[in-house]
Amino acid sequence: MKEFLVNFLQNEILVYTIMVVLPLLWIIPFALFAVWWERKISAHMQDRLGPMRTGGWHGWAQTIADILKLIQKEDIVPGAADRKLFNLAPYIVFVGSFAAYAAIPFSAAYVGSEINIGLFYVISISSLVVVGLLMAGWASNNKWSLFGALRSASQIISYEIPIAVSLLAVIMVVGSFDMQEINQAQAGWFWNWFVFQKPPLLFVAFLIYFVASLAEVNRTPFDIPEAESELVAGYHTEYAGMKFALLFLAEYANMFAVSAIAASVFFGGWNSPFGDFLTGPWWGLFWFIAKSMSFIFVQMWLRWTLPRLRVDQLMYVGWKVLIPFSFAIVIGIGFWVMMGQ
Amino acid sequence: MIPQEICDALKAKFPDVIKETKIEGVFDPYVKVAPEKVKDIAQFLRDDDTLAFDSLMCLSGIDYTGGKFGVVYHLHSIKWNHKITLKVEATLENMHCQSVESIWKTANWHEREAFDMYGIIFDGHTDLRRILMPYDWEGHPLRKDYKVPEYYNGMKVPY
Amino acid sequence: MQTTLVQEEVDSRPVTVPGFSRPLRSHEMVINMGPQHPSTHGVLRLELIVDGEIVVDAIPHIGYLHRCFEKHAEYMTNYQQVIPYCDRMDYVAAMNAEFGYVVACEKLLKIKVPDRVEYIRVIMAEFQRIASHLIAIGTYGMDIGAFTPFLFCMRDREAILDIYEQTCGARLLYNYMWIGGLSHDVPADFSEKVKRFCKMFRGTINELNDLLSYNKIFVERTANVGVLPGDVAINCGASGPVLRGSGVKFDVRKNDPYSVYDKLDFEIPVGKGLKGVVGDCWDRYMVRVHEMEQSLNIIEQAVDTLPPGDVQSAIPKRIRPDASEVYVRTETPKGEIGYYVVADGTASPYRVKVRPPCFVNLSVLPAMVRGSMIADVVAVLGSIDIVLGEVDR
Repeated sequence: MKEFLVNFLQNEILVYTIMVVLPLLWIIPFALFAVWWERKISAHMQDRLGPMRTGGWHGWAQTIADILKLIQKEDIVPGAADRKLFNLAPYIVFVGSFAAYAAIPFSAAYVGSEINIGLFYVISISSLVVVGLLMAGWASNNKWSLFGALRSASQIISYEIPIAVSLLAVIMVVGSFDMQEINQAQAGWFWNWFVFQKPPLLFVAFLIYFVASLAEVNRTPFDIPEAESELVAGYHTEYAGMKFALLFLAEYANMFAVSAIAASVFFGGWNSPFGDFLTGPWWGLFWFIAKSMSFIFVQMWLRWTLPRLRVDQLMYVGWKVLIPFSFAIVIGIGFWVMMGQ
Repeated sequence: MIPQEICDALKAKFPDVIKETKIEGVFDPYVKVAPEKVKDIAQFLRDDDTLAFDSLMCLSGIDYTGGKFGVVYHLHSIKWNHKITLKVEATLENMHCQSVESIWKTANWHEREAFDMYGIIFDGHTDLRRILMPYDWEGHPLRKDYKVPEYYNGMKVPY
Repeated sequence: MQTTLVQEEVDSRPVTVPGFSRPLRSHEMVINMGPQHPSTHGVLRLELIVDGEIVVDAIPHIGYLHRCFEKHAEYMTNYQQVIPYCDRMDYVAAMNAEFGYVVACEKLLKIKVPDRVEYIRVIMAEFQRIASHLIAIGTYGMDIGAFTPFLFCMRDREAILDIYEQTCGARLLYNYMWIGGLSHDVPADFSEKVKRFCKMFRGTINELNDLLSYNKIFVERTANVGVLPGDVAINCGASGPVLRGSGVKFDVRKNDPYSVYDKLDFEIPVGKGLKGVVGDCWDRYMVRVHEMEQSLNIIEQAVDTLPPGDVQSAIPKRIRPDASEVYVRTETPKGEIGYYVVADGTASPYRVKVRPPCFVNLSVLPAMVRGSMIADVVAVLGSIDIVLGEVDR
């Protein structure tokens, strides 16, 4: 797609701008849709209907109305807050989650940046979110926010390790960090997807990745940084209006990012499940989004079913369960790959 | 144990502290004791094996008007399933009463409430602060001669 | 340099917190939980002294919802007028609160109420117990982070409120039990409706157990947390599920029966420590679940034996008890509510002291949370099940 655009527009800077803006064009409608979707899912799980009025059909315009309200709201900064950091933090958080989209292959024809260390880049850049969250929590000058920020920092850093190590198992099988190459290696029917390869090692690696990714994006049962019933709202207690909307947007963007990685690394990404049936760049986009959305659905499903862990139990799960298992899988895959050669 | 036996046991142990006992003609038989000895009596009631009053159901302050106040202890034994009421009288000149907080921890908040509402001072209480009213409230609202203040911290209270 | 010196001087002064026995150490922080906090179940304010995530001490501050119940009761022109105020104490279990008060007044007046009234009162009180426990369980799930069981509980509570609405027109604050009788008789299809509800509700208890009670994460969060040993519970005056969760088999309905509870057959569930130590949060929670089942048994028995009669025949024309005093305790969903009513021979009560179960149960909280984590404070507070309307009166 890049070559096509370069040939078509004859201007590399314009092309890069377009390539950057495309994921942003996806994130915003996605977040609006996902918030509405989550409200509908939770409502139907809880024996109620959710938004039903705004916009007519099943309240489809509810989140649009909400975001319009948030934009118009007064921008409140607490008197004793550190203004600079307080204002900067939501942008850092959003940049952290948005930057990860650069290496996510939406389709065979489109990936923001074709870097050969794509997966490595995604893992590392998403840690930038922690900086923003710590900034938000510290700058709010609120003890509950500070608790939220400290919890999220310790949680995200702890859970980066099992995420990275479980993805390493796939990287060892493919022999490349490039997301497009990882996708191409899963072409064909759905049994070629990595989740079904080298059974059961890669399947367990996927489970570890998925559990850890829930913690990475602060979803239940690992939502302790913003544990509503303990910390009021965690690091975004003091945020209002547009900045709150930005933090919220970043959260949903992050949800999609980790789901997209799960889809491309373990579930064939833009490959059709049925061999050559319905392939091509546009169908690839469809399959990719469909797979990612199904993971988001599972995340929501879990959120409205499970209670929340305590902070020490969370650390226990991370350090004493997920990390040892992920290392064992890496060693197992290492032997498997070595034997195969 | 029937109330008569409880009263007899108390009279035998504390002959000159028991001021009055009433068993017939009241719903809850009671023993009236001196306020400066109530802790010893409570200790005895709780620790004596045949009495074993292990729970303090309720502790109420009361204003009998005319400068006379009272503290009423409703005791119950889960072990033997019998009850007795202790009564203590205080006067406006001497608003002191021994605290039974160390005997029954329930008394902690109940005594704070009686202090808050009637101004009865419980000697030996570890943390005798107001509990239901604001910490800077003036006066003790459940006293019968209490006048509702027009101002609170300089603010006029609307009615 | 100068500023640092001043700073050190300020820091070296000991910081004391009223209610906390010693000055704060430098690594301890005071954090204010409430009165506007999602998990303090109303306007409770807890001052937490924390060392990181570990709670060193908790100091409850109550009184934000103080509405002068006792003063109001003294100012009423007759005994009947106090009942609506009783409703407003524990607003999610209003029936039980007024039950205690009318029992006390009837004892004071030496009235014998008809059997039909007693049975209807028991049915209503047990329904209210289920409704209150449903709120307790639902909000407890929410405290732990599970939102969905709350709405399932509210759905079932709605069915109970519908029965109330049909009977007396009110859904939350009923003023249904009067001294010597009831405000309305039950509607014609009452027993059918009650039986249909009992049948439906047994199923939803199982659903609730699957969703929440035996959920691994829920058990992890509540077992071995906030342990209250039985002897401490008695000494602290804890009552209701808090006392029974600690393994003490004591229920006013059985041990000190009032109304017609001695004619009905039911069990007292106690905490057995199935998932941890006896007296932990899970035990207290589970006692509530089992109590709902027992309440269903009581309701079914009472509906089957409901005698005919007039529910207002024993209401006295003139309520003017002789100078006397009475202390009556009854079992509400939260624990034992006590009314100490002093009459002076006039038409209005001389003194009404309430011994609210939540007030006493809440006073146990600091002992239960010392040394646990902030998240456990929420878990323990939820397991005590307080209603601030009753704590503060």
